[in-house]
Amino acid sequence: MNASVPRGPVLSVTDLTVSVGTETGPRPLVSGLSFDLFAGETLCIAGESGSGKSITSLAAMALLPPGVRVTGGSIRLDGRDLAKLSERRMQAIRGARIAMIFQEPMTSLNPVLTIGTQLSEAIRSHDPGANAQALALAALKSVRLSQPEARMRQYPHELSGGMRQRVMIAMALALKPEVLIADEPTTALDVTVQREVLDLLRDLQRDTGTAIILITHDMGVVAEMADRVVVMKSGCMVETGPVRDIFARPAEAYTQALLAAVPRMGDGSGPVPAPAETIARIEDISVRYDIRGGLLGRVTHRVHAVEEVSFEIRMGETFSLVGESGCGKSTIARAMTGLVPHQGLINLAGHVVPEDGLSAGPALRRDVQMVFQDPAAALNPRKRVGDLVAEPLVIHRIGDAASRRERVRALFDRVGLSPDQIDRYPHEFSGGQRQRICIARALALEPRLIIADESVSALDVSVQARVLDLLAELKADLGISYLFISHDMAVVENISDRIAVMYLGQIVETGSRAQIFGNPQHPYTRRLIEAVPIPDPTHQRPALSRMSDDVRSPVWPVGAGPAKVALSDIGGGHRVASA
Amino acid sequence: MSGAPFVIAASAPAERGALTRLLRRPLALLGLVLIALVVGAAIAAPWLATYPPDQQNFDGLTLEGAPMPPGGPWLLGTDLLGRDLYSRLLYGARTSLLIGIIANGIAVGVGTLVGLTAGWLRGWVGTVLMRFTDLMMAFPALLLAICLAAIFRPSLWIVALVIALVNWVQTARIVYTETTALAERDFIAAERTLGASSLRILWHHLLPHLWPTIIVWATLGISTTVLLEATLSYLGIGVQPPTASWGNIIFENQTYFQSAPWLVFIPGAAILVLALAFNLVGDALREVMDPTQRGQR
Repeated sequence: MNASVPRGPVLSVTDLTVSVGTETGPRPLVSGLSFDLFAGETLCIAGESGSGKSITSLAAMALLPPGVRVTGGSIRLDGRDLAKLSERRMQAIRGARIAMIFQEPMTSLNPVLTIGTQLSEAIRSHDPGANAQALALAALKSVRLSQPEARMRQYPHELSGGMRQRVMIAMALALKPEVLIADEPTTALDVTVQREVLDLLRDLQRDTGTAIILITHDMGVVAEMADRVVVMKSGCMVETGPVRDIFARPAEAYTQALLAAVPRMGDGSGPVPAPAETIARIEDISVRYDIRGGLLGRVTHRVHAVEEVSFEIRMGETFSLVGESGCGKSTIARAMTGLVPHQGLINLAGHVVPEDGLSAGPALRRDVQMVFQDPAAALNPRKRVGDLVAEPLVIHRIGDAASRRERVRALFDRVGLSPDQIDRYPHEFSGGQRQRICIARALALEPRLIIADESVSALDVSVQARVLDLLAELKADLGISYLFISHDMAVVENISDRIAVMYLGQIVETGSRAQIFGNPQHPYTRRLIEAVPIPDPTHQRPALSRMSDDVRSPVWPVGAGPAKVALSDIGGGHRVASA
Repeated sequence: MSGAPFVIAASAPAERGALTRLLRRPLALLGLVLIALVVGAAIAAPWLATYPPDQQNFDGLTLEGAPMPPGGPWLLGTDLLGRDLYSRLLYGARTSLLIGIIANGIAVGVGTLVGLTAGWLRGWVGTVLMRFTDLMMAFPALLLAICLAAIFRPSLWIVALVIALVNWVQTARIVYTETTALAERDFIAAERTLGASSLRILWHHLLPHLWPTIIVWATLGISTTVLLEATLSYLGIGVQPPTASWGNIIFENQTYFQSAPWLVFIPGAAILVLALAFNLVGDALREVMDPTQRGQR
């Protein structure tokens, strides 16, 4: 918070316009953007997808994609306009004076070179005389990687996502740049890892005084990290100011709407649904994948993705499975829809899902539907959306062409889309609209249970809020039950009736929303809740207990397996793993 | 025979107006016109030809016994036996089109079927099919052709069969790879959760994504099959003389390449034009059938 240092800005963006060349002439992606960045401060550029925030950062790095150019204004670093520098002059600046980290650390690291080689190469390219090995090791130590000497010899795939992002940060900060641009640095990471990376960035900034531009869509991250905020919408700056002012008194309607849409995590209080009959019963299901090895291709190890998990979903409730990536929550959804074989009993709406999954009957298919994470991937791009929504009816031979079309129009109306759009193709819709199409498709067969696998995770917060509203509305009107799978504790707190927390293929805590959020018992549940960024800059967060870097593996030799976690009831159906 | 209709019927499942959009592309139109010209010439060969194609004309050779250059009664000159090149080219179009479209169509069809089945079913069926494909790929094509020709009496149909047997492997491999990748996509999983049958998923959701690949291989295959036929003819196991094909015109006359280059260049150009025409149409078809490319009508 030393933005008041009496010096000029490190980086000064004035009236920046970035345009893409199209057949009808240049179209601006960013227009008239101005801001100053001072040493030691963190400026957050916040906005939803398509707001031009990433293009701004790429312009500052002179890494704009082909066809996109800076067409006006300037980006000055110490008085030099980066937009007008030649590529060769820029190469000397990039990395040494202005560095960048990206969203996905796996794709930013070269998979065939060791961490040490990549780090020292980056250092040597700017300072050929330096003792690159020593500097690289110091950089790894500064980002608090355990066993830095060993990490130097490892390859990117041997590290976890959070460790890789720390390597990226080490690489970016090794040359002590004045400016660090972090483009959604924690979006691809689990929420507890996100906390650790954000804490690290803040500590490093305090030590080095690097100015950080943090680009994010997550207002929680903004509240936690920013000194000042720039809110962007479709290429223009909507509002700028100190973070406390933006959150306390947002002046513009867009900022207000953006902040209102952020799911806020409460303590889980709220009406508790009356106990109803069971719609889905899952008893001791396990999903294991074989790993073959050796000369003869025998099964040597198994991935224990899901290990003897049991739970029930009641009529008309939203049951959430929550946990971090790799905990097996999506595997359960895939087993329930027959996409992967399983062992154990899955009884959905009175139909037993066969263990091989494939031979599930049509009655089961009608009663249970799934909504996927990425609506763009779940809709065949070569089909008209009307045909896609009608397809379940065709498959189950319901009605004739005319009545199906009528039904599709009604479904479009139901999910808040115009029935006139049914002859378009999926790519002509926005992400939120596409997810509505997926929901309409799931509704076509009037299912009793909808499995929503991270169904709102890929959407912007404002869109996410509206899709969640739609899901809640459908539940109230049609009495549908949901199995809601998510990594986002705030979303889960907002829509769930009951929750199960999963860790390494097993449930470690389950109970009603009030029990889980009001009285979390298992240390992992507490960690998950504490790690959620709170969209309130005045919030003082308790220090996060650091866990070891070692990722516990679900891979076991044949014959061995994880110990089954025993859950004990601590009252009112709140069941917790005894440590 | 299921191969050829595959390629040609490609625009049928797409909606009304696909043909109109195809015709609006100048390059596609050029390709279609060229194909129509070649097909028309092949059909109308008896009326267009100035001489019977197999007739050795006494005045068709110079006194030294060399072929006549183009000009006079010989529109495109004569070949080494004094036959009229123009007439042979017209009749040769029949053989070459038959080989290029039918043999190639069968090859692409078989390849698609094998690749799709192996990629969709995986497991031991997939392994057996793909190892068999690898075996066929490693097996010398000409040796196979010679064996087959030794068993059956050489004829146009045997040649077509041999070419189809040799050429399906590349398509099978590529279709297999693409099918395995597509089968992992979410929209295929979504279909399965709806209860769609495998056949329905394959036909309505997988195949449309494979059309671009299939079309590219089908158009590329036309020139290779025409030339493969020529090789077989050269070895004496292809189309039997005196029947003309574009490939065997080149091979018969290649000894005169120095003194009478037109004998090689003219049929060569014919093959080139045919392959180019199919490529142009194939390219355009691919774009027309992809709804995400439809912004620029």
